[in-house]
Amino acid sequence: MAYVSIADRDHEAEHHDPDTFITKYVWSQDHKVIAIQYGVIAILIGLVGMLLSSAFRLQLGFPDVFSFINPENYYQFVTIHGMIMVIYLLTALFLGGFGNYLIPLQLGARDMVFPFMNMLSVWVYALSVIILVASFFVPGGATGAGWTLYPPHAISPGTPGTDWGIILMLLSLGVFIVAFTMGGLNYVTTVLQARCKGMTLMRMPLSVWGIFMATILGLLAFPALLVSAIMMLFDKLLGTSFFMPAMIQAGVATDTVGGSPVLFQHLFWFFGHPEVYIVALPAFGLVSDLLSTHARKNIFGYRMMVWAIIAIGGLSFIVWAHHMYVSGMNPYFGFFFATTTLIIAVPTALKVYNWVLTLWQGNIHLRVPMLFAIGFIFTFTHGGLTGLFLGNVTIDLPLSDTYFVVAHFHMVMGVSPVLVVFGAIYHWYPKMTGRMYNETLGKWHFWLTFLGTYSLYLPMHYIGFLGVPRRYFAMGNTDFMPDSAITLNASMTISALIIAATQTLFIYNMIVSLKKGEKSGGNPWKSTSLEWQTPDTPPKHGNWGHSLPEVHRWAYDYSVPGQAEDFTPQTVPESEVPVGRDHGTDH
Amino acid sequence: MYITLIFLGIIMATVITWLLRQTFNTQPWISEAADNEVSGSSMDTNSKAVALTVFLAVATSIFALFISAYTIRMDEPDWRPLAEPTLLWTNTFMLILASVAYHWTRNAAVKGLDSRVKSGLTVSGAFTVLFLVGQVVAWQQLNAAGYYLDLNPANAFFYLLTAIHGLHMLGGLWVWARSTMKVWTGADSDSVRLSIELCTVYWHFLLLVWIVLFGMLLST
Repeated sequence: MAYVSIADRDHEAEHHDPDTFITKYVWSQDHKVIAIQYGVIAILIGLVGMLLSSAFRLQLGFPDVFSFINPENYYQFVTIHGMIMVIYLLTALFLGGFGNYLIPLQLGARDMVFPFMNMLSVWVYALSVIILVASFFVPGGATGAGWTLYPPHAISPGTPGTDWGIILMLLSLGVFIVAFTMGGLNYVTTVLQARCKGMTLMRMPLSVWGIFMATILGLLAFPALLVSAIMMLFDKLLGTSFFMPAMIQAGVATDTVGGSPVLFQHLFWFFGHPEVYIVALPAFGLVSDLLSTHARKNIFGYRMMVWAIIAIGGLSFIVWAHHMYVSGMNPYFGFFFATTTLIIAVPTALKVYNWVLTLWQGNIHLRVPMLFAIGFIFTFTHGGLTGLFLGNVTIDLPLSDTYFVVAHFHMVMGVSPVLVVFGAIYHWYPKMTGRMYNETLGKWHFWLTFLGTYSLYLPMHYIGFLGVPRRYFAMGNTDFMPDSAITLNASMTISALIIAATQTLFIYNMIVSLKKGEKSGGNPWKSTSLEWQTPDTPPKHGNWGHSLPEVHRWAYDYSVPGQAEDFTPQTVPESEVPVGRDHGTDH
Repeated sequence: MYITLIFLGIIMATVITWLLRQTFNTQPWISEAADNEVSGSSMDTNSKAVALTVFLAVATSIFALFISAYTIRMDEPDWRPLAEPTLLWTNTFMLILASVAYHWTRNAAVKGLDSRVKSGLTVSGAFTVLFLVGQVVAWQQLNAAGYYLDLNPANAFFYLLTAIHGLHMLGGLWVWARSTMKVWTGADSDSVRLSIELCTVYWHFLLLVWIVLFGMLLST
């Protein structure tokens, strides 16, 4: 059939040019504005999450010095910190923020396929954040059940926030899932249906591939969280016992009988493990584009990278019970889940090799986005390697309740994706605003954050190895806490505070550069992908002016031998490529 | 969790097979003219149909997880099965009629028969509402017979599953109401054709889900 872009087929839905302040910046249906709204809300709530972590780190580093932290709010801070970082910051920022910004721009579409639903998505997300924050201010405060919200303690008296906090928490998750589903339907449909002429699936930048697969994972995995949240709300509000076993509380038997807490764990981790990859896959995609652009070299093994993303996505659904080794299970199950867990390391390692090989003999520009991208390779490899230990049942059992696990998952799904978030924000900042950020501040931001996180998490592995248990408010005088571990705890807290303070450099840089940054021009990185070829920077409503772009090549034509420039944008046909000096990497 | 795994296995296998077929044997690094063959949309259909398909996968995931939870919880010793009211058979019949009526409406819409679309929509909506009312009456009957929600997990699951199914049905009715309003205020059947076609698929899906749920409730 003759090609007619969807963006031009559904005319009336797309061209509703916003004319008032409200339709332009508040109830906007433009994917770029929605992306920035998602991003700003996610970063604001992420800062709250960071402050919470600083607060409980104070208690861990300097026990009982700060009187405003008592056991109740210590647990509340830990719980909400985890919840915010995993769901309300990273999931929302990668998919709602970068997904919204990059999918239409990198695929040559005018907007998402369903702009109205897209707008609903961001405001429903805002509502979920408001409900989450509100839980701090209800009687009893926020829930302190840990971010996994395991029953029975999550809804039994004695845990902080079992009156209202847990209800608002579950409600907020439900609302978030509704928001995510509306966004997710948009991302998947847009990738499948609204690409511009010539943009085959295998010409899509890896950013889009990562976001696309992560969205599919999210759409299939978030229902597990929804189901467990609904059932727990029933247990809490209507007195059912889906999860609540027979218990004796303060010497009195409760009304609940026979419920299965392990059932909740299955449901939770059936969501929880894919969630790791919902956060990781977009990071993989974005970092691939950053490395390729700033190394002026095509991504090594593009097809392998795509298939690795697909394989990781598929495998991520059959590894969930490795979070439950300590809950007890049939040894054969343990063997099965250990095996699948280790198998997932294969495509992941492939990706790491390919990133490193992309750098090999590249023309590396150590600009701020590149620093963050290379930093990511370090932290991700590091976190991945400890994952190989923890994937084995026999090693996981003694380490599971120690700080080793905390260090592992912070390296692999905390620090690593966050480094990519920063790198990607710096990378696309000129496109979003038309201005450059301050390079010096950006470099300070990178080095303090990168070295800071290492000084925080490397010692944490060590104290985990010593057997220092996680989740404890205070350690007291215990044999396995030598003086060195106590000193290390203090130094880790200082590192955490320095990292937290460093983020003000980032915020300051982003805000001040809006007005004072140099004009960046449309394509400051000499990049090939479509978003850098828009007629206006920042792109206007509709992105592409009169006609949509046409794509003639993949997004990785950097330093092609025999061409005059070291990059050829996707829109340039073969006949118009300027020929000239050799930029090949084969020198 | 086996049930969920089977469902998700099928969905993921479909996605992965499709993606591999799209991506296998391509040489992305070779530049080619953007001819008409290289279209930018992967499926020759409306985007709303694609979105509905994706949503059905999400809904399937939700119901499969509930069914898994049901089977796991059922194994605990405190499980006391409840006696399903016979009214549920009538309700099932109503839902089948609603689905058939919607299909009939769809055929009329495809042929552009405006008046049949009008009556067809009304009839399918009426049967759906009857189904939902019947479900609420069934709740009341169970409650009156002492099968309280918090008495046993079997009861709780019954109320929960029917409620979730009913909520999905209500969502469908909202779209139904929009197209019905349009038709009754004089729009021709062409303007609501797509909506009717997609609703037909949705009604069939929810009928299938109900039959699976009902079968599971009856047999346990």
